[in-house]
Order: sequence, then structure tokens, then C-alpha cells
Amino acid sequence: MAMLKVAVWRGAEKGGFQTYEVPRLASQTVLDVVTHIQRAIDPSLAYRFACRVGVCGSCAMNVNGRARWTCRTHVEKVAADGQLEIAPLSNLPVIKDLVTNMEQFFDKWAKARGRFTGARTRDDDFARVMPDSPQRRHVDAGIECIGCGVCYSACDVVQWKPDYLGPAALNRAWTLHNDVRDTRRVERLVAVAGDAGCHACHTHMSCSERCPKQIAPTIGIAGLKRAAAAAALDGEL
Amino acid sequence: MSARAQTLLWLAQRASAAVLALCVIVHLATMVYAVRGGLSAAEILSRTRGSYGWFAFYALFVAAVAVHAPIGLRSVIHETLGWRGAPVNAGMLAIGMALALWGLRAVLAVFA
Ligand code: SF4
Ligand code: SF4
Ligand code: FES
Repeated sequence: MAMLKVAVWRGAEKGGFQTYEVPRLASQTVLDVVTHIQRAIDPSLAYRFACRVGVCGSCAMNVNGRARWTCRTHVEKVAADGQLEIAPLSNLPVIKDLVTNMEQFFDKWAKARGRFTGARTRDDDFARVMPDSPQRRHVDAGIECIGCGVCYSACDVVQWKPDYLGPAALNRAWTLHNDVRDTRRVERLVAVAGDAGCHACHTHMSCSERCPKQIAPTIGIAGLKRAAAAAALDGEL
Repeated sequence: MSARAQTLLWLAQRASAAVLALCVIVHLATMVYAVRGGLSAAEILSRTRGSYGWFAFYALFVAAVAVHAPIGLRSVIHETLGWRGAPVNAGMLAIGMALALWGLRAVLAVFA
């Protein structure tokens, strides 16, 4: 049987790669490989997953140096030469092996005012949002984020500036900025503007290239830059 | 520094970049013309002395540099060294003013 050579990060911030031999199977995903190691070779290996179908966003890891959702990454696509290197996501503290602490990642969603505040109550009628309105289209383009952290791991600015809100939180803010029912537009712009927010983005586009949901946070961030600049000129900010 | 001030700095850098893009093209084209045409220093000076057009152009160029460079440097310092806050901002202001003064001195030297 063909075997894969798999180097897996073991330890926490300090640690090293350990190599395992895993049987190569048809239609095998990288998550299948990690699961095989934990179930058949070393039960002490720590990793995260839940849905296995690309919905929950918990299985992201660095695979051969690139952040990916492992449950939907086929071995065939990334390990042509039968070698895999699997490491925890970058830019996040490692708890153990392949598990990172995502607290700061989600705290930044809160900091970017990533929650909806509306004006209607349950007694009011539905808000009518036209599907082809520009705002609704912007929301559609960014709303499918699964919070996997792939973009955050791929962003150089996050690495350079640990307080940078990062692509996912800013993408979330952009979808809410374009939600015509939301009442805290200015407050949100204040939260996302400036040196640790959208204006720190270098438009490298790593986030947009790597996002498994084909979201382009870069575009939303550019939109926030313009919106915040306009608000600053209007004296709203 | 407030979110508003940070945003205005970003805007100032964008705007000065647009001015610089234009100025650099005009400046380079002029240089190439002057060198290829074989103009001497005296001939160049005879064209710039007393020319309000060239004075205005290069004064604008200097102003754009003086705005653009310190704002960019501030980000570079923040990203590479992690320094930020009032001392860095004051240092950048000083660099901006120094660039403006040196630049204007050079402009005046070919104008007056
Ligand atoms: S485009 Fe901006 S947010 Fe995305 S990876 Fe580059 S710097 Fe980070
Ligand atoms: S924007 Fe894309 S890469 Fe980033 S967290 Fe959301 S789904 Fe993951
Ligand atoms: S396990 Fe849910 S997205 Fe991969």
C-alpha cells in the first residue's frame, strides 16, 4: 500500500515536527490523515474539527506552509510527492499540537463591533431589502464566512501588528456596515478606522487568495477605508 | 490619537501620493529633456530663476514629500519596530518639517 510521509507539529509554542507514516487512500482529506494518526498511531495528538464538511470552520491548519480548511482539502491536491507537513495556524498562540487559542481572533470581531443592532421589534413588519441593491450585494459577498481563521493566519499585517483587527473581523464589520437595518454605522466606523483597523491593511490580498469560502476581505476593507474617510471628512467620525 | 485623526492621516497620505505620482513623472521628464538636450547648469538656472511656474511646481512637490514621507515612515516604524505613540508622532512631525524646510531651501536656490 502506498504510504504518506506526514510531519506533524507536536508541542505548544515550543515543540517540533514528528513524522508519521499514513496509508494513502482514495479521496483522502488532510483531516482524514490527522484523524488516522490520532486514532491508529498516537491518541495523544490534539486537533480540532466538528462538521467535516466545510461548515463549522474549526479544522483549519497550515498544510505544507499554507493555511487551509483540512476537511475539504484533498491530499491529492497538496501532497503530490507523498509528503505532508501539518502545523497549527500562524498568528495565534498554540495550545497543544494542532490546536490554537482563537480567543484574540474572536475578541477582535467584538472590537470591530461585529454584532447587529436594529431598530425594529418583533411587532414591526419585516424589513424589505432588495436582493439586487448594491448594499445587499456587498453583504452577500462577505456573509458566508465560517470563522476558520485561515485569512488571519495568512495576513502579514497581523504578524507585524498584533493589535490589527485582521481580515475576518473587518469583513464582518463590512457586511454589517452594508446592512441597511443596522443603526450603529458610525460607532462601527470609529471601531474599525485607523492604525489597528482597516487603514493598516496593505492590500496584500493573501486573505482573499486563501479564504476557502472565496470571500475577498480585501475588497470589504477597501470599502471600509473609503467609508471611514468620507465619515471623517463629514465630521461624523 | 483618535480614529478620526488616524483616518485623516491615511487620507493625507493617499492624496499626497496622487500628487507625488504626477510630480515625479513631470520631474523625470524634465530631467531627461534637460540632460538629452545638453542644457548646462547656467541654462537651466536661467529658466528656473524668476519662474513662478517652476517655483509653484517644485513647492508643491516638496509639500507632498513632506506630508507623504513621515506618515509612511510612521507606519513602517510601527510595523517593524513596534514603536508608536506621542514620541514617534513628534519625531515624524519633526522629520516632516525638516523635509519641508530643506526642500523649500533647494527650491528657493534655483528660483531666487
Ligand atoms: S489584504 Fe489586508 S487583511 Fe488581507 S492579508 Fe493583506 S494586509 Fe491582511
Ligand atoms: S473570511 Fe474566509 S478565511 Fe477568513 S475566517 Fe472567514 S471563511 Fe475563514
Ligand atoms: S471540520 Fe468543519 S469546516 Fe472543517
